[in-house]
Amino acid sequence: MKKLNKITRLVIVVASLAMISALYVPLWQILMWAPQYPEGLEMKIWIDNISGDVKIISALNHYIGMKHIEVSMFPEFSYMKYIVMALVGIGLLTALVNKRWALAGLVMLITATGIAALVDFYLWGYDYGHNLDPSAPIVVPGMAYQPPLIGTKQLLNFTAYSGPDVGGWIFLFIGIALYAVLALEIFKFGKQK
Amino acid sequence: MKHNRITLFIVLGLALYALNGCKPKGPAGVTTGDAASKVYVAPGQYDEFYNLVSGGFNGQMAVYGLPSGRLFRNIPVFSVDPTSGYGYSEETKAMLNTSHGFVPWDDLHHPAISTTKGEHDGRWVFGNANNTPRIARIDLATFRTEEIIEIPNSGGNHSSPFITENTEYVVAGTRFSVPLGENRDVPISSYKENFKGSISFIKVNPETGRMNIEFQLRTPGFNYDLSRAGKGPSHGWFFFSCYNTEQAYTLLEVNASRNDKDFIMAVNWKKAEEYLAAGKGKKEKVRYAHNVYDHKKHSATSTIMEEVTVLDVMELPDIVYFIPCPKSPHGCDVDPTGEYIVGSGKLAAVMPVFSFGKIQTAIANKDYEGDFAGIPIIKYESALHGEVKKPGLGPLHTEFDANGNAYTSFFVSSEIVKWNVKSLQVLDRVPTYYSIGHLCVPGGPTAKPHGKYVIAYNKITKDRYLPTGPELTQSAQLYSIDGDKMQLLLDFPTIGEPHYAEAIPASLIKDRSVKIFPIEENEHPYAAKGEKMARVERKGNDVHVYMTAIRSHLTPDNIEGIRVGDNVYFHVTNLEQDWDVPHGFAVKGATNAEILIMPGETQTLLWKPLKAGVYPFYCTDFCSALHQEMQGYARVSPAGATTPLKFSTGETASQK
Repeated sequence: MKKLNKITRLVIVVASLAMISALYVPLWQILMWAPQYPEGLEMKIWIDNISGDVKIISALNHYIGMKHIEVSMFPEFSYMKYIVMALVGIGLLTALVNKRWALAGLVMLITATGIAALVDFYLWGYDYGHNLDPSAPIVVPGMAYQPPLIGTKQLLNFTAYSGPDVGGWIFLFIGIALYAVLALEIFKFGKQK
Repeated sequence: MKHNRITLFIVLGLALYALNGCKPKGPAGVTTGDAASKVYVAPGQYDEFYNLVSGGFNGQMAVYGLPSGRLFRNIPVFSVDPTSGYGYSEETKAMLNTSHGFVPWDDLHHPAISTTKGEHDGRWVFGNANNTPRIARIDLATFRTEEIIEIPNSGGNHSSPFITENTEYVVAGTRFSVPLGENRDVPISSYKENFKGSISFIKVNPETGRMNIEFQLRTPGFNYDLSRAGKGPSHGWFFFSCYNTEQAYTLLEVNASRNDKDFIMAVNWKKAEEYLAAGKGKKEKVRYAHNVYDHKKHSATSTIMEEVTVLDVMELPDIVYFIPCPKSPHGCDVDPTGEYIVGSGKLAAVMPVFSFGKIQTAIANKDYEGDFAGIPIIKYESALHGEVKKPGLGPLHTEFDANGNAYTSFFVSSEIVKWNVKSLQVLDRVPTYYSIGHLCVPGGPTAKPHGKYVIAYNKITKDRYLPTGPELTQSAQLYSIDGDKMQLLLDFPTIGEPHYAEAIPASLIKDRSVKIFPIEENEHPYAAKGEKMARVERKGNDVHVYMTAIRSHLTPDNIEGIRVGDNVYFHVTNLEQDWDVPHGFAVKGATNAEILIMPGETQTLLWKPLKAGVYPFYCTDFCSALHQEMQGYARVSPAGATTPLKFSTGETASQK
């Protein structure tokens, strides 16, 4: 198997180290607006925590029977940072192994992690939006309150937006960068030799 | 012929029309076409200035926006407020404690916004109680009364609460002279011999704003009216207007108007501080209350103080000098440079402007025309910068803009007169409707006036608004002072009787506004900082309900085991941590008031049920879509009944 280009290896190292930022910046955000909240409410999802106007959102959502959002709702918080650290390690190992198959493996692994995270988030959102307290003060027949996976959605008097935060964008760029160097390896550097 | 007759009719008609045009115009025509656009603040937009307006006999201070004249809030200060529970809740009763006991009312005349280097800093606003002498401090982050200090040795706290350049001191001068010292039971006719004036210097802690009476000046017996601190070159001095130098004690309107000139009293308070440091003060036994509200404990405490230090200016030279000022001066205002002091003799034909520099020279040269009670009287001409000639009738108060101009209110001629401080020339005059008292230019009493507007606070409104029986609204009027000519823009009604007011740029206050009280910082001894802590405890005849309020239920909302004869304390904690979600609490038959509880706060309503039965209670502040469901029941059993003490929320008979 072919060895990797120097630039590719540098990109892999930088991308791997950049993933460490996930431990220090919010990964995802949910923003909400309503007539009574023109300034908006926000919820930030971190690697092991949620921050923002969580109490206010929970207090409002209890009317329609949604659960109180609490850190303990998310078992993911207990192991997500180990996954990220493992990815960092595997990334650096890839640069060390210095083989195209290793890079391809890394790209696939990160893609799979990203998809798994979104699926996990979707499932939580589905449960949060559908699994309602039947004795809630306000029950709208047929209505579910699943937050949007990505993008904007109207939920009763609230406009809700869901999308990546700083950490999410960093991950997205890491993915793009790794795909780019993989493509370069296959279609450019690969043919030079 | 016919032609001539037609001509005659036309000429006659024109003549009658012209004659009618000579009649004086009513006030209807005085605003010009663009006035509305100058005061229009579009829905959702903010005003440029806060206007803090005294409520006079309502004992409150109102908060308006300028230029719109919209009312935002009415802050209870010296008067009980059943709406919020101020003065009724167990936590706030102590705020209105005095050496005379609980005083539920007073007469608030003058707000004074704190200053740093002579400029508004927007931290606190002080207000005076004119009747039972007190000074209050309102925090401009919470817009709540945080502290009230009673003034001993005072008979009516009118020349107050004026502040020094860096809010080192707030002063409280007595309006009435009264007998002071050990024996106060003296004939009224012994005024000259026994009655004395008293000026308190209240030190303000620069960090916390806490007040304490540092010293009092014992002064000659007559009336002290208004005052202003020096600034810039005159920092370290204070100026008070004095009337009744005749020392009359009856029918003052005649007997106190005889002297051609009364005094402006110049006080060198730095000198007084020197005497104080040198131990020249005499400790006197007095009694006065000092009440402080704590925003962590959400409660006020009242402490009775028992001593003040008095410096007698008739014995200690060089603290006080008198400057003759014509005819019962009222306003005594210092211009932004600190050099000029304007005296407004209520009955005088001219307005003297004194020069601080000349006063200093006169003192250095001992340029005196005599003394009063041993205190030197500086020669009028030696202190005088000049007189404003024919300014108007009944000058009262003067405010300033940043361009060297002064604006004086005239009660009798009902007008504002603009004049130049240096040249003393009258520049413009506008009528007010009617009989203006105080007036206000944003930043007008400070070293840095913001100008733009002058606001008139009128004593009479008569035909200006739709009538409401014999008792009519009080009012303010907003004038633009941007151009050479003052222009009337807006009339707006006010709450209570407005005396003095100050206006300050909104930017100095609005971003510091407190939105909630953090629940984790709540140190109230009866707080329930979560529904799990909600409970009911009996201690003898006292029943303490640790209640929580959150949208949209009270916990507990079913209470049993209360007995006739019990004192039931509802300690309600608002668990919300979101802006603008207060809850209220009221119970049927409560003889006091309701309480409003802000997010994170605890307030207590005492209830003494007199009859057995089931009593509803509910949230009074429309808090949510299910506000009308936010209610509960308290069961009261006869005295001596054995109904067990029970409390719950959400528990129904079928669950038991």
